[in-house]
Amino acid sequence: MIHSLFLINASGDIFLEKHWKSVVSRSVCDYFFEAQERATEPENVPPVIPTPHHYLISVLRHRIYFVAVIQSEVPPLFVIEFLHRVVDTFQDYFGVCTEAAIKDNVVVVYELLEEMLDNGFPLATESNILKELIKPPTILRTMVNTITGSTNVGEQLPTGQLSVVPWRRTGVKYTNNEAYFDVVEEIDAIIDKSGSTITAEIQGVIDACVKLTGMPDLTLSFMNPRLLDDVSFHPCVRFKRWEAERILSFIPPDGNFRLLSYHVSSQNLVAIPVYVKHNITFREGSSQGRFDLTLGPKQTMGKAVESVLVSSQLPRGVLNANLNPSQGAYTFDPVTKLLTWDVGKINPQKLPNLKGTMNLQAGASKPDENPTINIQFKIQQMAISGLKVNRLDMYGEKYKPFKGIKYMTKAGKFQVRT
Amino acid sequence: MSASSAFNEEKMGSSSVGEAEYAYDPVSGKIFSSDYNRHDDLKEMLDSNKDSLKLEAMKRIVAMIARGKNASDLFPAVVKNVACKNIEVKKLVYVYLVRYAEEQQDLALLSISTFQRGLKDPNQLIRASALRVLSSIRVTIIVPIMMLAIKEAASDMSPYVRKTAAHAIPKLYSLDPEQKDQLIEVIEKLLADKTTLVAGSVVMAFEEVCPERIDLIHKNYRKLCNLLIDVEEWGQVVIINMLTRYARTQFLNPNLNESLLEDGGSGDKTFYGSDEDEDDDEKENKEKAEAAALAKRKPYVMDPDHRLLLRNTKPLLQSRNAAVVMAVAQLYFHLAPKAEVGVIAKALVRLLRSHSEVQFVVLQNVATMTIRRRGMFEPYLKSFYIRSTDPTLIKILKLEVLTNLANETNISTILREFQTYIKSMDKDFVAATIQAIGRCATNIGEVRDTCLNGLVQLLSNRDELVVAESVVVIKKLLQMQPEKHSDIIKHMAKLTDNIQVPMARASILWLIGEYCEHVPKIAPDVLRKMAKSFTYEEDIVKLQILNLAAKLYLTNSKQTKLLTQYVLNLAKYDQNYDIRDRARFIRQLIVPTEKSGALSKYAKKLFLALKPAPVLESPFKDRDHFQLGSLSHLLNAKAGGYQELPDWPEAAPDPSVRNVEVKESVPEWTKCSSREKRKEKKVEKPFYSDSEGESGPTESADSETNSASASDSASDSEQSRSSSESEESDEGSESEEEKENKNKKKVVKKAVKESESEQSSEEENRKLEKKIKQQEKDSETVSDDEESDSESSQSTSEDSESEAEVKKKAPVSRTPPKPVKKEKKEMSLLDLDDFEPATSPQVTPISTLLSNSLVTDLEGLSLSDSVLAPSTITPSGTLKSYELLHRITGEGLSVEYCFGRQPFSPDANMVAVQLQFTNNSTSETKNLHMKDVKLQSGMRVKEFPEIELLPAGDTASAVMGIDFCDSTQAANLQLCTSTRKFFVSIQPPVGELMRPVFLTENEFKREQGQLMGMNELTEKLILDAKYRNEHAIVQRVTTAAHLSRVPCGSDNECRFAGRTVTSGSLVLVTVATGEEGVAQLTVNCEKMVIGTMLVKDILLALTQ
Repeated sequence: MIHSLFLINASGDIFLEKHWKSVVSRSVCDYFFEAQERATEPENVPPVIPTPHHYLISVLRHRIYFVAVIQSEVPPLFVIEFLHRVVDTFQDYFGVCTEAAIKDNVVVVYELLEEMLDNGFPLATESNILKELIKPPTILRTMVNTITGSTNVGEQLPTGQLSVVPWRRTGVKYTNNEAYFDVVEEIDAIIDKSGSTITAEIQGVIDACVKLTGMPDLTLSFMNPRLLDDVSFHPCVRFKRWEAERILSFIPPDGNFRLLSYHVSSQNLVAIPVYVKHNITFREGSSQGRFDLTLGPKQTMGKAVESVLVSSQLPRGVLNANLNPSQGAYTFDPVTKLLTWDVGKINPQKLPNLKGTMNLQAGASKPDENPTINIQFKIQQMAISGLKVNRLDMYGEKYKPFKGIKYMTKAGKFQVRT
Repeated sequence: MSASSAFNEEKMGSSSVGEAEYAYDPVSGKIFSSDYNRHDDLKEMLDSNKDSLKLEAMKRIVAMIARGKNASDLFPAVVKNVACKNIEVKKLVYVYLVRYAEEQQDLALLSISTFQRGLKDPNQLIRASALRVLSSIRVTIIVPIMMLAIKEAASDMSPYVRKTAAHAIPKLYSLDPEQKDQLIEVIEKLLADKTTLVAGSVVMAFEEVCPERIDLIHKNYRKLCNLLIDVEEWGQVVIINMLTRYARTQFLNPNLNESLLEDGGSGDKTFYGSDEDEDDDEKENKEKAEAAALAKRKPYVMDPDHRLLLRNTKPLLQSRNAAVVMAVAQLYFHLAPKAEVGVIAKALVRLLRSHSEVQFVVLQNVATMTIRRRGMFEPYLKSFYIRSTDPTLIKILKLEVLTNLANETNISTILREFQTYIKSMDKDFVAATIQAIGRCATNIGEVRDTCLNGLVQLLSNRDELVVAESVVVIKKLLQMQPEKHSDIIKHMAKLTDNIQVPMARASILWLIGEYCEHVPKIAPDVLRKMAKSFTYEEDIVKLQILNLAAKLYLTNSKQTKLLTQYVLNLAKYDQNYDIRDRARFIRQLIVPTEKSGALSKYAKKLFLALKPAPVLESPFKDRDHFQLGSLSHLLNAKAGGYQELPDWPEAAPDPSVRNVEVKESVPEWTKCSSREKRKEKKVEKPFYSDSEGESGPTESADSETNSASASDSASDSEQSRSSSESEESDEGSESEEEKENKNKKKVVKKAVKESESEQSSEEENRKLEKKIKQQEKDSETVSDDEESDSESSQSTSEDSESEAEVKKKAPVSRTPPKPVKKEKKEMSLLDLDDFEPATSPQVTPISTLLSNSLVTDLEGLSLSDSVLAPSTITPSGTLKSYELLHRITGEGLSVEYCFGRQPFSPDANMVAVQLQFTNNSTSETKNLHMKDVKLQSGMRVKEFPEIELLPAGDTASAVMGIDFCDSTQAANLQLCTSTRKFFVSIQPPVGELMRPVFLTENEFKREQGQLMGMNELTEKLILDAKYRNEHAIVQRVTTAAHLSRVPCGSDNECRFAGRTVTSGSLVLVTVATGEEGVAQLTVNCEKMVIGTMLVKDILLALTQ
């Protein structure tokens, strides 16, 4: 299926290549570079590029293109999903997935890629199995390794691949047994010029960090499972049980994983926690524009709206902006015309405001497009949909684990049109 | 490394492409020499005897490979280390070897023996990795070795090794396609594998080597459907795609009736639907009506296998893997009845939250789907609204979907959305939006004028691209009704002064030329201007100027004759031959000369013919002839290796081809050699009952899923009934009272029946008898069928008819008839009081019967054991019990289970599980029973009889049988009360998967001798002080595993023997004790998994 993989950095250098079948010459990437040149933005490179003898399927993550070369029919999503899994694995191993990290750990990267695919077909993609095969590098281990000459490769052979729960490694031991669950909800919304909601929906995930000894069998139940409209599970979740009882029953993988992602049915009205008052105008004839933006909280159930960040792509004609924030700081990049305003926390008594003028290119006519405003924010200790975890039980092991559940609401793709 | 890496960087920059090939370019002499030196020191490091140095060297070499630099000259030095002890060095050597073996074939051969040795290693993971590397070395000379290794690995005990073998198949195939036939044999063998680990990989191999051999799938179809949910996600994608193709060849189109209606068009759905008997109408629409009538006469019934596929793939829509979701979506799109396709919409919309690449692919597919089935995505319209932060690619695809979804009801909202898009900064996107508006306008008549007005307003937009695109779209719209819009044409004529975009200019010119009669004053003026600028125009504009000139010349030659001549002259000397040609052509056609023939008379008709309005179509129209989700669909071109999605067959091929598997699927352990016999039996099938033919598939499908335990028990009941009947007729010795109670005595009677059937069959035919024995092991359903066969030959035809009726009903009704429940109750051990008086009189007839069967078969012996056992074994208090259902989750009902260790009489291949129900709640629990179990493939369950009432605070117990197929996988069951359902699972300790056998010392030694090598596991241990005497050891071991002691000559050895319950593989355990509690534990077992787990368990038992 997947013939080869090339990693290409932002400046167009191929800094890593791996072949699973016979070697494909690097020159195949020329087609990719061509497409890259044609695309105006880095993310506009088409994910699938046909060439005379091969097909290139690429993903862009962390400003690195992962270009897979394939030769015959294969579901494109199969390759794309796999490439993303590779990136996730790198991130899991090295903390970040940057060119530098990959170059520093090139041997581990190579070993990982070798295990993840066999003859181009995925072999071991579960992080638990991979970590049994190849230990992630830590500072301590790197030091020990350089001194003693020992290795990153697991000494004993991994048994995870053979077990009935391939996602969990065997022989897990912890002195502190703990299981943390983060319920994170994101609001995707498009707010119209007049402030009315065009579309809004809530997407949520439950990320887990489970460090439990042995083979625990967990069940997680919700107070209001009906809220969940569409769900997708980690393979460990027993689907039948969910269908019948709306209870999540699973033997968790060891460590961090995404247990569940869900969508809250769009029939429910979505509470929008912030509002924006804006007045962005350009006058005909004058080379100045007015900018006035006020943020305010609404429907936050008494919780503070934090880490607010406003960004807006201003029209090309804008040369610079002279603005005055009532709190936080703003930056304007005259090259990309991107205005960002780091607001911080919204204080309901004193609403944050950004006001001032924009200078336009002299002589240029008034831009007829209006910038959209993207907003990011966080609200701690609240799931905006009202989803609540009822209880978490553990079976199969004797000890009492420490359990924790955290709720958070974030802005997803939250956009205000002006 | 650091010193050289800087150097690498430099070199990387200088030549990034094809560097590997030119590493020895003589021009870069300096690089050459330093390379050479560096490699020298690497060689030295590799030759050293320190692992750390070797490792360092290998790491540097791998880093070189990763950068695409040539390291092939190190091959001899590296290959030497292939047998290195250090695992990481070894792995890196493998990496190197696989990369360069192709280039250095001779040297690579040196390493082969290492792998060959690895293939024989007792550790499955080492065997697997040896095969993996061996098959990855692309050296043609070793093809025979690879072939041999693959064949061997395909029948390896370990599923993991078999999986690796499946992976190796496409590798070998790509190396030497001539091996295809042999490889197909291996694929066929592996397809029959029952483990989820192998399924995905072997289907992958199938797809790469022999996708056309769809016949190989038949027998494995149901198994694949059932395993699907447990296969790893990548395998799921491959299997689903393959099954889609398979289903297209094997089942009927579920939408046949509808598609006929669609073809019939003119909205006469009601006609076909309602008037069933009106002959007159049917004659009118002969062909179609006939076909429809045909469909009507034979109402479409979905093949149960088709349904099975749809049912089993549906949960996978919840997968976290986008590729799996897409695969299921395309399966539903291509295979499901129209009414059911809707379920995929939600899942696909969910994927739109994922990475932009995923969105890209999903949107492409959604775009295709929306053309065929618009209604499906209409509720999710808003999910396709575009955000300014989306990449342009995504924006344009979303726009496509929105356009496809537009209809009379939602067009106003969509147009409002479009209006905001037009103001976007992304001009490509704006252009696409204008196109989209044009398409909405052509498709939906009501909004055409609104759209046109909006587009005309855009003509005054400041951005030229926007205007140009609008012009193009307006041109297309105007063609539909030009007479109304001459003012728009005039307006556009004015634009020629400003617009520079060639396409737009060309469009305007064409419009003016085409409708010059509507704008008689302006048109010549435009031509005048154009003639002036002719030489500077782009080619497409020039062509349109020529067109305009020609048309004006024909309609208004007075004013434009000279201008036309001028333009034609200019064109005559144009650089572009197209334009020169066109000029020549037009001149000949319109300017009358002597030579110009008959054609010029028709010039006007030629140029001013009424042109049909263009149809603005989605580029995704008709893309669905490619399998959705495929690369070919995405590219809208056939990719290499693409398998066409076949059309539905006219008539369904014989569904019974898939039936074979049902019989085979239950017993995992039957050898292939028995296949032939089974085929024979299949031929016989129609003999015993007609109704079987009809109900057969359903029944088999159910038993295959293992979920419909209801039908299982139904057939059980029928079985027991028929058995008792036959007993009556044959023996005639049983009392009336017994006849009345017959349902109560199932346990015994079943055994009677089994042995009896053997006997009778023996009388009939020796061959048949062999089969029955085979099947007894196999499955209940089979033995049932078979038995009824032999029986019907004995009993009267009336009997067999009624039986056939029962059979017919059984799978339909799905609820076990009441008598079953009663009779099964006897198996529960706590009801011993009821039980015992009933059994004692019955033991006698059995034993007499048995004595008959004993003659023919030793199997009978074990049978008699099992029959007698329940009365002799009582639940022992020392048994470890496990919790099945906690009091709290069970809402007061708590259930514990333990392994009673008595043979399970109704089926010797099952492990008896004792369940203890306690009702802790304050209200009584009713109708406690098992339902709808979803088991791992091959597992079977015999439910306990329904407990009709469990008063508050009371306890009850029951026995059920589970065939774990010799695996410790949990059996997942559903426990139902009258009000609630609980999901529970029973996981057996490995020690409970066996039953004791009695062996003499010699037998033991002989068997042990045959189970050496990989089948022998030895572990040293230090016995806990408490367990150092023989008695304690025996006690601990027999507690840990259900084994019996084997007499032994020596004092410091204890031996135990048993057989696994399902397959009857021998399990031999030896504990040899030495000084001071040092002991050695040896386990010999053909099943390595069982062996390893048993070692662990016994170790634990002896050391704790």
